[in-house]
Amino acid sequence: MSDATIDTTKGIEGVVEDWSADKQTFGLPWGKLMMWIFLVSDTFIFSVFLISYMNARMTTTAEWPPTSEVFALEIAGQHVPLLLIAIMTFILITSSGTMAMAVKFAYEGNRKRTFQLMMFTAILGASFVAMQAFEWTKLIVDEGIRPWENPLGAAQFGAIFFLITGFHGMHVTAGVIYLLVIALRVRRGHYENKGYHIVEITGLYWHFVDLVWVFIFAFFYLW
Amino acid sequence: MSNNTELPLEPTEQQSLKQQRPQQHPIGIYLKVWVLLFVLSTLSYLVDFYQVQGYLRWTLILIFMFLKAGLIVSFFMHLVWERLSLIYTILVPTLAILVFILLMAYEADYVFNGRLFFFSQ
Repeated sequence: MSDATIDTTKGIEGVVEDWSADKQTFGLPWGKLMMWIFLVSDTFIFSVFLISYMNARMTTTAEWPPTSEVFALEIAGQHVPLLLIAIMTFILITSSGTMAMAVKFAYEGNRKRTFQLMMFTAILGASFVAMQAFEWTKLIVDEGIRPWENPLGAAQFGAIFFLITGFHGMHVTAGVIYLLVIALRVRRGHYENKGYHIVEITGLYWHFVDLVWVFIFAFFYLW
Repeated sequence: MSNNTELPLEPTEQQSLKQQRPQQHPIGIYLKVWVLLFVLSTLSYLVDFYQVQGYLRWTLILIFMFLKAGLIVSFFMHLVWERLSLIYTILVPTLAILVFILLMAYEADYVFNGRLFFFSQ
């Protein structure tokens, strides 16, 4: 009953009240809080990968392969550096946008729109994974890059590349499955009585996958 | 026997969940953030396309990266609209990552110098 009064306390005093008042600390659905906690722990996993990449790159005495050239594409005889990665970035950002809108429509109770937007998000995610599979094939078959060696320079390049993009791709794949399951349940009306927090929770996971890609794009591909 | 005067229902978990403010914001916010993310991604791609090098490259990459990450977390993940206690719970632990980065960078310098010394012998 005192929730309303506590909620109006903002800033640091609000933090103190949330933690000390005789109530649940976080006024959130438990699933949403647990998704946030999971995402914080996942942040640590990806940080450890990226820090080990930093460590490998700072300690190697060999040349680091030029990512701009390794991931270039030939389009109609034109040599465009890093094109595939740029397209993948735009696809993931777009899928995040459609997911954000799906959350909005879910809370409005528009099941049809929510289903459509979530399916569109899943399709974009699947196309991201497909492009990553294409990229991996190109690197393994055409460029001869292996986790233990490569003809372009520092031997650690392959191990770092396959670990980081592979782990991220696995997250995208899991996210696509997650989206499909929730989208189909939304269409069936499974959440009519429970409320649509689940769509926001799915959205949190999906945006996190996009967030990780921002860091991978900056540190691995652009640096 | 007053069977037809029903008692008010006990608030169930579902009902109390519905009472919590859901994250409802105009669609325009998402579209604006989306456009901004597109612009920032294009800018960071252009850093590579025009082969900007050295400290300017690294500074630009980091600025665009943090702006994009901030937009995603703040608006797509709704963190600006959450209670401060949740924001602290999520963001404060990540500061430990900065400490780890510093430690590993310091250690990497040492290993690199050791390798240079060893390979030059």
